[in-house]
Amino acid sequence: MVPISYYLILSAILFTVGVVGVLIRRNVLIIFMSVEMMLNAVNLTFAALALHFLSLNGQIFVLMAMVVAAAEVAVGLAIVMTVVRHKDTTNIEDVNLLKG
Amino acid sequence: MTEAYLPILVMMVVAGGFAAIALGVSALLGPRRPNPAKDTPYESGIVPLGDARRRFPVQFYVIAVLFILFDVEVILMYPWAVAARQLGLFGLIEMAIFVVILLVGFIYAWKNDAFKWQ
Amino acid sequence: MTFPTLNFPVIAPQIVLVAAALIILLADLMVANKRILGWISLIAVIGALAAVFVCRSDSAAFPLALGGPSGPGTMALADGLGLFASAAVLIAAGLAILLAIERVGDFSRFEKPGSEKKQARSGDHPIAEAPGPQVTDRAGAYYALLLLATAGMTAMATASDLMTIFIALEIFSLALYILVGFNRRDLRSGEAALKYFLLGAFASGFFLYGIALIYAATGTTSLEAILHNIQPMSISLPFRPLLPVGMGLLLVGFGFKLALVPFHMWTPDAYQGAPTPVTAFMSVATKAAAFAALIRVLAAVASYDRPWLLALAALAVLTMTLGNLAALRQTSLKRMLAYSSIAHAGYLLIGLAAGNQLGVEGALYYLLAYTFMNLGAFAVLLAVQRRDENDVTGDRILGLAGRQPLLAALMAVLMFSLAGIPPLAGFFGKLYVFSGAVEAGLAWLAIVGVLNSALGAYYYLRVTILMFMAEPAESDQEISSGKVETLQPGWAVMTTVVLAVLGTIVLGLWQWPWTQTIAQAVSTLALR
Repeated sequence: MVPISYYLILSAILFTVGVVGVLIRRNVLIIFMSVEMMLNAVNLTFAALALHFLSLNGQIFVLMAMVVAAAEVAVGLAIVMTVVRHKDTTNIEDVNLLKG
Repeated sequence: MTEAYLPILVMMVVAGGFAAIALGVSALLGPRRPNPAKDTPYESGIVPLGDARRRFPVQFYVIAVLFILFDVEVILMYPWAVAARQLGLFGLIEMAIFVVILLVGFIYAWKNDAFKWQ
Repeated sequence: MTFPTLNFPVIAPQIVLVAAALIILLADLMVANKRILGWISLIAVIGALAAVFVCRSDSAAFPLALGGPSGPGTMALADGLGLFASAAVLIAAGLAILLAIERVGDFSRFEKPGSEKKQARSGDHPIAEAPGPQVTDRAGAYYALLLLATAGMTAMATASDLMTIFIALEIFSLALYILVGFNRRDLRSGEAALKYFLLGAFASGFFLYGIALIYAATGTTSLEAILHNIQPMSISLPFRPLLPVGMGLLLVGFGFKLALVPFHMWTPDAYQGAPTPVTAFMSVATKAAAFAALIRVLAAVASYDRPWLLALAALAVLTMTLGNLAALRQTSLKRMLAYSSIAHAGYLLIGLAAGNQLGVEGALYYLLAYTFMNLGAFAVLLAVQRRDENDVTGDRILGLAGRQPLLAALMAVLMFSLAGIPPLAGFFGKLYVFSGAVEAGLAWLAIVGVLNSALGAYYYLRVTILMFMAEPAESDQEISSGKVETLQPGWAVMTTVVLAVLGTIVLGLWQWPWTQTIAQAVSTLALR
């Protein structure tokens, strides 16, 4: 059996990739995908821990996190759409009316 | 520990075998009447020409998002389905409340023409 | 199997709010007069507040259900802290609804998508129907989202399980992302929502990962069970070293939601771009909910240990100082108040960094005071804001005292309270948190706080001076001479301002009932 710590290390790496993606990419949609990657890394952690603790809670948390992520996608895409309607860009640096 | 993976191996062999047999038998027995439309790659009936990164009409987006929402909310029913017998009437009422909440959202979207093709 | 024994009074406020939100969504499809929807939501908020007080009258800490899914703990706990913070959130929600009731049409009405095309086609045939784009009014969605956000916030304030906290956090965050971008005609609103959303979702990721690591370390997400499991020699936990990492990630998540420096980048933009009633609501209610949860999490996971308190103190210093310095150089009053609310989060954090009875009591008192005075200040901005604008610059209030003496006087009271001038609520709030810090041996933190208050007093008093001393700007002279249509603030906005000012004064002058409630609420917490 694969030791639990392997899963934890893998999900930590995935989470870090997501964080780096959010920080260095400038396209809104790719930032968005990076956030999803962070959430899915956490899901992996929860699933592995469910196995480790032999408890269903971890699996339930995965389902909850998936539903939250889906709701976030719906809201996020709607917001991106309203911005794109006004200004035909998905680059975060072109969206800069508010300053000071 | 390795024998735990035996069912997976069996499944892979069966799946591969089925695909090979199905393709082989149809190649041997099927009638062959080629025409240009049949030779094009299959793409859900849409003419498969042009750039794959084409822009989609924005109307797709609303329907896609509503689909994601209602589709994913259903996974919350799985834990209930697993424990439905133990939860009994209480679980049923809870699920009914959950579905009613979704229904209100659905009605709101519907009446606001979210499903109307403009 | 029998029904689980649920204590329904614990979630009664959320039931009322969510039910009202659903009713409003349905009613929105049927009624033409959208103002009714505002009144329904106001009644719902008052009902939820009543439910909170009913819970309170029993004075025992109700768990939602004994033996929750993650062990001995429960999902929600209606103790003094949760009910107090819920009450603050509900007061903010009530005032924000009252604030929006007259002006919701200004930002909730927009063209139906696709109707522009029809207009273009009708141009070819002048006789054809449908001149102009179709307009829809989404006031119902506005109130429903506000109520759902309120439900999420009250749930977060009473949550006693990390997973409940996360779900509650997401409920109110998602509602707020939409509310911030509610004005679809204004790109600024969309931009604010986009920035708020991206950083908020990023923060949620940290928050959830923090929960996962704490779960790894302790085998549970219930705060009560965590506190039990991390006692030495209770059970063997191979991943115990992950606990501080998890707490650190949670703190980052909280930092984003509370707009603490250095996690504050979204705050000025989101507050400035959002419709003003939304800004007023989110600037106070989010803090009440998140601070209540943070107080609980610190008690369970970090046990108010010294290193964590020092980390909080460092965050408090950064937050106060940078918030105040940035507020100093703003020309937009809305943006100035945004930065000043960052600074106030810093003062609130001092109480938590003290980690003792007095400090946390002070933070809770400050939270209620801040609810009244900050909401009131944004309400005044809405009162002087023009119908077609979503922002107020400094010259808009030049000589306001000459045109609207009552409004100017009320604004002055709010500014004095925000600056911390006795005998108003803001002063006592600062006094309590600073004395908490001194008692905890963090005198230097209190000194930094006092210096920052002086810095803050400068820009708050500058607003007052602008209102009372200066001559009106040219455009406003036109208003006062009748060349331009005068914009009188409506009665609902004025009522909100008056209520907020009353709250500020009463909280300052008549403290006993509040401080007693707070002391009771804090006494059940595991502090240092």
